[in-house]
Amino acid sequence: MSAPAAAPSIPVTVLTGYLGAGKTTLLNRILTEDHGKRYAVIVNEFGEIGIDNDLVVDTDEEVFEMNNGCICCTVRGDLIRVVENLAKRRGSFDAILVETTGIADPVPVAQTFFMDEEVKKFAHLDAVVTLVDAKFFLDRLGDAPEAEDQVAFADVIVLNKTDLVTPEELREVEATVRQLNPYAKIHRATRSGVALDAVLDRGAFDLDRVLELDPSFLDADEHDHDYDHICGPDCDHDHHHHDHDHDHHHHGHETHHDTEVTSVSLKAGELNPDKILGWITEITQAQGPNILRLKGILAFPDEPKRYVVQGVHMIVEGDLQRDWKPSEPRESRLVFIGRKLDRAELEAGFKAAAV
Amino acid sequence: MPEVTPLPLSGYVVDVHYVAGVPTFITGDGAIALGTAGRVVKPHGGGILASALAADGKSMITGGDDGKVMRTMADGTSTLVAERGRKWIDVVAAGPGGAVAFASGRTVVVIDGAGKVHELERPRAALGLTFFPKGLRLAIAGYNGVGLWFPGTAAPVQELEWKGSHIAVTLSPDGANVVTSMQEMALHGWRLRDGQHMRMSGYPAKVKSMSWSVKGRYLATSGAGVSVLWPFFHKDGPMGQRPLELGGRQELVTRVGCHPLEEIAALGYDDGMILLSRFSDREEVLLARPNGSPVSALTWSGNGLELAFGCESGAAGLIDLTR
Repeated sequence: MSAPAAAPSIPVTVLTGYLGAGKTTLLNRILTEDHGKRYAVIVNEFGEIGIDNDLVVDTDEEVFEMNNGCICCTVRGDLIRVVENLAKRRGSFDAILVETTGIADPVPVAQTFFMDEEVKKFAHLDAVVTLVDAKFFLDRLGDAPEAEDQVAFADVIVLNKTDLVTPEELREVEATVRQLNPYAKIHRATRSGVALDAVLDRGAFDLDRVLELDPSFLDADEHDHDYDHICGPDCDHDHHHHDHDHDHHHHGHETHHDTEVTSVSLKAGELNPDKILGWITEITQAQGPNILRLKGILAFPDEPKRYVVQGVHMIVEGDLQRDWKPSEPRESRLVFIGRKLDRAELEAGFKAAAV
Repeated sequence: MPEVTPLPLSGYVVDVHYVAGVPTFITGDGAIALGTAGRVVKPHGGGILASALAADGKSMITGGDDGKVMRTMADGTSTLVAERGRKWIDVVAAGPGGAVAFASGRTVVVIDGAGKVHELERPRAALGLTFFPKGLRLAIAGYNGVGLWFPGTAAPVQELEWKGSHIAVTLSPDGANVVTSMQEMALHGWRLRDGQHMRMSGYPAKVKSMSWSVKGRYLATSGAGVSVLWPFFHKDGPMGQRPLELGGRQELVTRVGCHPLEEIAALGYDDGMILLSRFSDREEVLLARPNGSPVSALTWSGNGLELAFGCESGAAGLIDLTR
């Protein structure tokens, strides 16, 4: 008997967002639109899923700590079991959607796909998609830390219900979202009407694709990138005006919303690989609980390839990726998103690795 | 090499049981294949997530993603045991006197031999269930330990605590030791007489398969490049003892099945190979060559003359040990 070809890893999309942000509407769209893909869906309450799909799983969120001495190594035990069971039905679906409850922390969901070997063998996290209610998000920031985390942790943000706010309110909420998360893709939408290829098959955790997705990635410091959002028929935003407004918020990232989550973008030339990777390990060990996400491209001397790195709390993975293009400056860039980040300390540590 | 009768199946082989002597294979798509003549039944509306052989060996209990618990006989007839809406039933157990247990999330249900239903709500999800060999007592594994429950009595659940997530539970055949498999890639045990803890660690993978050897002298386990067998015949159990290691290879042992009568074990590997290994001298016999797909089910017939196996790819078969 010949060995069967290795089965392709199943992509997992996590849909998160505060209560009423439009998750179920988006989920129902994904399940009904004609895209030729079959989804297994993991939800926490059947509620309003109007679709008769025999691969809809209703689970109770069970977050637990791994007993391995790492306090931020939390995973979703129910997801491990469901994914292991889905692995036994390989071939009856192409991708997995996980809809979290409105108050859920997305981090344990994501970590499940890095911490459990069997889950990792079968499936991989494609992207965390967060829906934001344009009308109520700024209110939520005051009373629901989960809403802040969901935005800070996202790869893709759907700024929903834009028809319920004025253009000024929309700019304000978008600036706040951008302040919390400088590198996620933001898409404006009404009734969760976002193109499905903007939320599915993003490869946001794939080191080979991580940085291809958004050419403006890591330009947060300059704050001069275009918001790459999809303009629906109701979108009346004016790019020029928008840029202008954005520039207005330029230095120091401040809007009048005090958020606990901040981001720090670092930039340098070529770095000593041992020093920088040692420092990243150190900093994620020491400050892991406060670091929600990190992503970066690093340039090493005499190394023709770019080194890409990404992390969630204490889980960090990195690898040499493609060659630097002749047109690209050999610059190292790293972004942290998290709580209580000490910008000066991070800058000093990063710069200390410069060659 | 002993004779292998191949029985290719429709999907991932979840488990195999000898129901009234008939080898009965369960696949992930919800099919149950009975015997060698190609007879297939589908008692559930979808996939089968868990199964257990009834204590009398005459029927098999299954839990499905249709929220149902079914009992299937060797002739293929099935009856509904319980129904729980749209919840997945991913843990089942069978006990003395025809008792059945199942769990879905935090809810644990026992249906005793007389048909009376007992329900227990646990603080966290029940991940593993097993009945004590005598009486009506259930061990429930979950986050941070094991609960021991006497259904139908007012006695509080006895909690055996150990930090971490306990994903499966087994009891030594004499009912004296509770052993769990943990998410943290270790086993944990409690000696019930005095609550003595037993830590059995060093696995590179989660232990998905545990099998007690004849008279409960060893607990054989998967989860490493050898099968690790923990001795339970010493005064202090496996503590301070070197475990027996069988069938060392580069490949991970994914399934173990101790022979019902002799101190030998069948070992199934990640590449589909199956070896037979004797405890006394570690002599090995090749039972099945690698087929590239992990062995996912392995069960001896009651008389120990036949071994049924299945793989993730759907490859399956019967190995005749009398040849």
